[in-house]
Amino acid sequence: MASEELTQTGYIQHHLQNMAYGKLPEGYVRSDGSVMEQTAWTMAHSSQEASDMGFWAIHLDTLGWSIGLGLLFCFLFTRAAKRATTGVPTGLQSFVETIVEFVDGVVKDTFHHSNKLVAPMALTIFVWVFLMNLMDLVPIDWLPMVADHTIGQGDGHLFFKVVPTTDPNATLGMAAGVFLLMIIFSIKNKGIGGFLKELALHPFNHPVMIPFNLFLELVGLIAKPISLGLRLFGNLYAGEMIFILIALLYSGGLVLGAFGAGLQWMWAVFHILVITLQAFVFMVLSTVYMAMAHDVDEQH
Amino acid sequence: MNINLTLIGQTISFAFFVLFCMKFVWPALISVMEEREKKIADGLEAADRADKDLELAQKRATQQLREAKEEAAAIIEQANKRANQIIEEAKGQAVAEGDRLKAAAEAQIEQDVNRAKEELRGKVAALALAGAEKVLGASIDENANSELVNQLAAKL
Repeated sequence: MASEELTQTGYIQHHLQNMAYGKLPEGYVRSDGSVMEQTAWTMAHSSQEASDMGFWAIHLDTLGWSIGLGLLFCFLFTRAAKRATTGVPTGLQSFVETIVEFVDGVVKDTFHHSNKLVAPMALTIFVWVFLMNLMDLVPIDWLPMVADHTIGQGDGHLFFKVVPTTDPNATLGMAAGVFLLMIIFSIKNKGIGGFLKELALHPFNHPVMIPFNLFLELVGLIAKPISLGLRLFGNLYAGEMIFILIALLYSGGLVLGAFGAGLQWMWAVFHILVITLQAFVFMVLSTVYMAMAHDVDEQH
Repeated sequence: MNINLTLIGQTISFAFFVLFCMKFVWPALISVMEEREKKIADGLEAADRADKDLELAQKRATQQLREAKEEAAAIIEQANKRANQIIEEAKGQAVAEGDRLKAAAEAQIEQDVNRAKEELRGKVAALALAGAEKVLGASIDENANSELVNQLAAKL
């Protein structure tokens, strides 16, 4: 780590900062004292710079890892799909088929309508989120260090988070995707009128109560994607935080370091459960939301 | 920890991956799996049918075996009966043959006895004559007395 970040707080903060590439305005004083001569897109060199970029910034590490892992998912599953035969499945094919069968079972249990998108969506979410969560099990300094020496200057200044799901942008981004699908399927199945009626006339079916109903239902509607995204983010962020705190023990000498190694191993074993569960929860809730969007009959 | 463009980027990649999965991954895998499921179901059904066939064949085989056994028993019984019959016939024939042989032998013996008697009779006549000649001390006219001696011999 760089000299100003050798404190424990600095170490933690460094690990919690994404690699941001964004727009800084003209005249902005950067962390190294230089001044932006004109408004331009640039890499953030400090957390302050990253937050000052506001909305117009991209987390290259989050997007890179999530897209990379998504492509890995596509590659593995397309490969299995292309080579799939009706004979005895072996190796990759049987592994992939186990997952597909599992997801198919879950979707069939919760989603009883005919829709070609929901089951693939559930599969994508499950595998993709699982892969992204899985990055949490890689010891937290390994990949950032590799990145620092390859794409960075090797001075420990590079911000690099390898777990996309510890970035609320990623989880809320996926939740937004689910939310959009919810709205689309709701309107498709119930019509705009039916959808609005559902928002306005529940739970109290009386004209006077429309504003109250709208408020209640809209809050409920918005809460779905927010809670979906934040649940995943919160769990993974907390897990990452524990890994960072455990990693701090390595700087405390041989005894504390050995203790930290044991703790890290234990937490990683426990975390295997957490990451699988969170991927599963995200998938099931998305499927349930899709089912709600398809339920035309009133269930009150 | 800042909400920024990454969110939209993530939503877009989410949409891309879901669509990709829907187009290229899910249908291929599911169709293969369903096909295999059908194949296995067919296989199980065929196995069931084969089982039933086997049972039927076994029943038929048992039936045939029993019939064959019964037939064999009948044949053996018949053969035994026939053998007994043949033995009886042979016995009868043997007895008849024996009787015939015995009768022939008896006839032969009688014939031989008669011949011997005839011979003896002739010899007796000559002997008697010779004896009588000796006893009488005189020669007897053979021609005159031979009639008498022959009558005597015939009476022996």
